[in-house]
Amino acid sequence: MITSFPAACATVYGVLLNDRATLQRLAPQFDSAPYKAAPRAPVLYIKPRNTFAGNHAAVAIPADPGEVRIDATIGLVIGSTATRVPASKAMEHVAAYAVVSDVTLPHENYYRPAIRQRDRDGFCPMGEVVATRDFDVSQAALHIAINGQPVYERRFDQLVRPAAQLIADVTEFMTLSAGDVLLLGSGEGSPVARPGDTVRITVPGLGELCHTVILEVQP
Amino acid sequence: MKHGRVVYQGQTVAVTESADGNVQLPDGSIVAEAAVQWLPPMDFGTIFALGLNYADHAKEIAFNKAPEEPLVFLKGPNALNGHRCRTRRPSDVTYMHFECELGVVIGKTCRNVKKEDAYSVVAGYVTANDYAIRDYLENYYRPNLRVKNRDGATPVGPWLVDAADIADPMHLRLRSWVNGELKQDGNTADMVHSIPSLIAHLSSMMTLNPGDLILTGTPDGVADSRVGDEIVTEIEGVGRLVNFIGGDELLSVH
Repeated sequence: MITSFPAACATVYGVLLNDRATLQRLAPQFDSAPYKAAPRAPVLYIKPRNTFAGNHAAVAIPADPGEVRIDATIGLVIGSTATRVPASKAMEHVAAYAVVSDVTLPHENYYRPAIRQRDRDGFCPMGEVVATRDFDVSQAALHIAINGQPVYERRFDQLVRPAAQLIADVTEFMTLSAGDVLLLGSGEGSPVARPGDTVRITVPGLGELCHTVILEVQP
Repeated sequence: MKHGRVVYQGQTVAVTESADGNVQLPDGSIVAEAAVQWLPPMDFGTIFALGLNYADHAKEIAFNKAPEEPLVFLKGPNALNGHRCRTRRPSDVTYMHFECELGVVIGKTCRNVKKEDAYSVVAGYVTANDYAIRDYLENYYRPNLRVKNRDGATPVGPWLVDAADIADPMHLRLRSWVNGELKQDGNTADMVHSIPSLIAHLSSMMTLNPGDLILTGTPDGVADSRVGDEIVTEIEGVGRLVNFIGGDELLSVH
C-alpha cells in the first residue's frame, strides 16, 4: 500500500520562444515543414521536481554533448490562484520573483517536448525567492558571468509576451496556483557552460544565483 | 487492494473498494460510489504522458509510423480531475477527444532502471482519461500544454490498484464508451513502448520518484466528446472511470 507520499510540489512552467530576437531569427524556418506557421499561443513546458536545485548547486551533465545552454531567466512566483486573468490584473497574482537557470542540453528542434534536454536531474537551479510587488520586471536586466568573466547580458523589455500578457495568455487555458513558478523564457544567444565552469547569474534587485557544472557520473 | 480518495460529509478521506464494489470508509462502513465526491486517488508528483504509443492510434491520427523514441510530454496537477467529475469543452472548439490510458504509479526513487527490474519500482496502476483538444494543436513542443494540460481535462481513478493485484499489466483490455456506445476497444499488449521500456527510458534521463505517474498512451477509437456526454473509460482489473462533458458554465470551477 502507498502511504504518505510527499505533498505535491508547486510546478515550474517555462515558455518557449518568448524573445523577439529569437522569433525573428527563426521566422524563415517557421514557414516550412514541420512548423508551417509561427506559434499563436504560448508554448509551455514543465521543469519537473527532479530538476529542482538551489543556489550553489552542482549541475551534472552528460559527457555527450559535454556542454549545456544556460537559459537564464526570471521566475514569477504565483501568490494566488490565477484563472482567466486579464493582463491588467495579472501582476496582482505575482507574489515574488526568483533568478532561475533553466539549464538545457543545446537543441534547435522545437517540434517535440525536449524532455531529454531540459528535464534532467538538477537542471533548474533557482535562487532566493524575493517577495515583493514593487519589482518592475519589464525593466529588469540579467547578467551572466562564467568563471568570473562576463559573457552575456539581456533585458526583459523585448519579450514577445511581457509578464502580464504571458500570465493572461497562459491562464486563458490553465490555472496557475499559489507556489507555481512561471519562467519568462530564455533570451537570444544564451551562453553554454562546460564541466568545471562556475555560472553566476545576477539580476539587480533580485540578487544572484550561482551554480557549477560538473560531469555526470552514471550511478 | 484498491485505494481511493473522496470527499464525504465535508471531509477528505482515504477509502478502499468494498467486496461488493462500493466504497469502504475508514470506519468500515460502506457507501455507494455515487454518494461521495471523488478526487484523484493520490497526490501525484511528475506526470508523464505518452503520445502515439499504440501503433493503431498513431496511424489513426495520420502519422505514418509510431516514433522510435517514446514521445513524452509532461502535465501539471491542474489537469487532474476525479471520478464522476465534469470536464469542460470550450464552446469554440470543434474536436475534443477522450483517451483511455493505463497510468503507472512509481513507488521508489530510482535512476537507470533496467527493463528486467522495472516492475520492482511500480507501486500500482490507475485508469486515466487524457482528453486532447485537437483544435489547439500547434507544431511546437507538440502536443503542447494548451492541447493537453487544460484544467480538469485528465480524470484519474477511481482507484489506485496495488501492483501486486495486476498479474500482467501488458495484457489488459482498455475500453471507452460514449453514452453507453462502445467506441474504443484495445489492449495494453499493443503498446509500442512497453511499461518496462518506458521506465527504463525515463529513468535513463532523470530520477523517478514515488508518486510519479506515467500515462502510457491510448489505442485507436478516439472520438469527439460533446457537452452532456457521459464518457466511460475502463481498464480490466484497474477500474471504470466515469466523466461528464460540461460547457463554459464550468469556467467558475475550472
